[in-house]
Amino acid sequence: MKRYSAFAVAREALRGNAGWQRAWGAPEPRPAYDVVIIGAGGHGLATAYYLGKRFGITNVAILEKGWLGGGNTGRNTTIIRSNYLQDASAAIYEKARSLYETLSQDLNYNIMFSPRGVMMLAQTHHEVRGYQRTAFANNLQGVETEFIGPQRVKELCPIIELKGPRYPVMGALWQPRGGTARHDAVAWGYARACSDMGMHIIQQCEVTGVRSEGGKVTGVETTKGPIGCSKLGVVVAGHSGVVAEMAGFRLPIESVPLQALVSEPIKPCMDVVVMANTVHGYMSQSDKGEMVIGGGTDGYNAYTQRGSFHHLEETVRALIETFPMISRLKMLRHWGGIVDVTGDRSPILSKTPVEGVFINCGWGTGGFKAIPGSGWGFAELMAKGHSPLTAEFGLDRFTEGRFIDESVAAGVAH
Amino acid sequence: MLTLKCPCCGVMTDETELHAEGEAHLKRFGPGSSDEDFTGYLFQRENPKGIHFERWRHAYGCGKYFHAARCTVTLEVFGTYPAQTLEPPQEIKDAISAKRPGWSWREMSN
Repeated sequence: MKRYSAFAVAREALRGNAGWQRAWGAPEPRPAYDVVIIGAGGHGLATAYYLGKRFGITNVAILEKGWLGGGNTGRNTTIIRSNYLQDASAAIYEKARSLYETLSQDLNYNIMFSPRGVMMLAQTHHEVRGYQRTAFANNLQGVETEFIGPQRVKELCPIIELKGPRYPVMGALWQPRGGTARHDAVAWGYARACSDMGMHIIQQCEVTGVRSEGGKVTGVETTKGPIGCSKLGVVVAGHSGVVAEMAGFRLPIESVPLQALVSEPIKPCMDVVVMANTVHGYMSQSDKGEMVIGGGTDGYNAYTQRGSFHHLEETVRALIETFPMISRLKMLRHWGGIVDVTGDRSPILSKTPVEGVFINCGWGTGGFKAIPGSGWGFAELMAKGHSPLTAEFGLDRFTEGRFIDESVAAGVAH
Repeated sequence: MLTLKCPCCGVMTDETELHAEGEAHLKRFGPGSSDEDFTGYLFQRENPKGIHFERWRHAYGCGKYFHAARCTVTLEVFGTYPAQTLEPPQEIKDAISAKRPGWSWREMSN
């Protein structure tokens, strides 16, 4: 694979761009692989990449029922942060954030990581106390965050209205090394690197069944025929329950739509990410100038990839109060993705009741930020059967009551 | 917007007047049950891509719980019925079978 570089851009400019290669292959599936990963989204591709890079396992197929990165990887609001309360969460999200810092160089693919800073507004006294506690916890965990007052909030983001009336800004949890990245490029960069290692990314190939013998996985049934494997990684986000049912077990997961929307592009007005968890809205400005807005989840199970309109209305109504200048903005488009939510709002990276089947799911409303760390840990779990990064995130925590409770601890918006 | 008819007070309600309460017809396992049964009751969910039987509460109305049969893909509602039942009434099952040939009720959460 030819490397991307400034020199390559200049060279191709002089010869009519005839020398660019396909970024990844489009192979037909082989009868069997050592490892099959279901789901060519960010987490699945990152898992495959680190299986190859860290453990030398490259006889790998990544199966995707739609197109690469076309699920939640391409539907999120691209926020990257690691300011979680619990130690296990902070460890995996901070691993991910730190990998993002050098991911463009690592993959030789510009993922446009922008550590512009993430601010989580405290708009009630309860939130002030909660975020101060999180800032102290983060200091102990080695995650750089601080609690800042309203004046500093205004300096960092001048378009904020501090006074309310309903939700005055009383401070914020500030993570200066958080930010955003180009979500599609994360999937594309990992896919290109996986393909370069000889892995097969097979798109338009839906898994329809899981084969097992004597409680041990032997392969999968797909729309392109059966494919054998000795290890199977299920990394399918909102559809985890569907694949788990094929394999014969249930998950502590429910799937709900989560919505986001973007405005028409405007001149630069906001160079940080702002999250407002009391009103459940978050906003940043893309490089094109669009205001990218994330909302809340629907209250009931659905696989529709669109959400209820009144949730958008609630989000926008609240954000207009905090950001009065956006009240005249036209919204260009809105969409939904299906997120897999667990009871404690923490992910599941685990072995399963079927030997050889591993599952990586439950990232809920906040999976994008975790992609590199999730892949790093899950690859280790699949290769070695154990990973310090994923040890706390097993399915058995629900039986044993060892919850990693982020739902009431660290702010519900991810 | 999703609209459901509350079988308790008979009002046709918008989802903003309701609160979704998750999977219906769960079999309760309490203290003294096995860890596996208790985990299943508390956490494991069918989470189907298709017909879902679910509890709702008419939170900003009569306050009563009821059940609904709904498709999680099309959001089609096959009917609502009182919560005081172990399985959906026959007319709801018939309504689903008419639209989804081959569909059959199965014991859930076992």
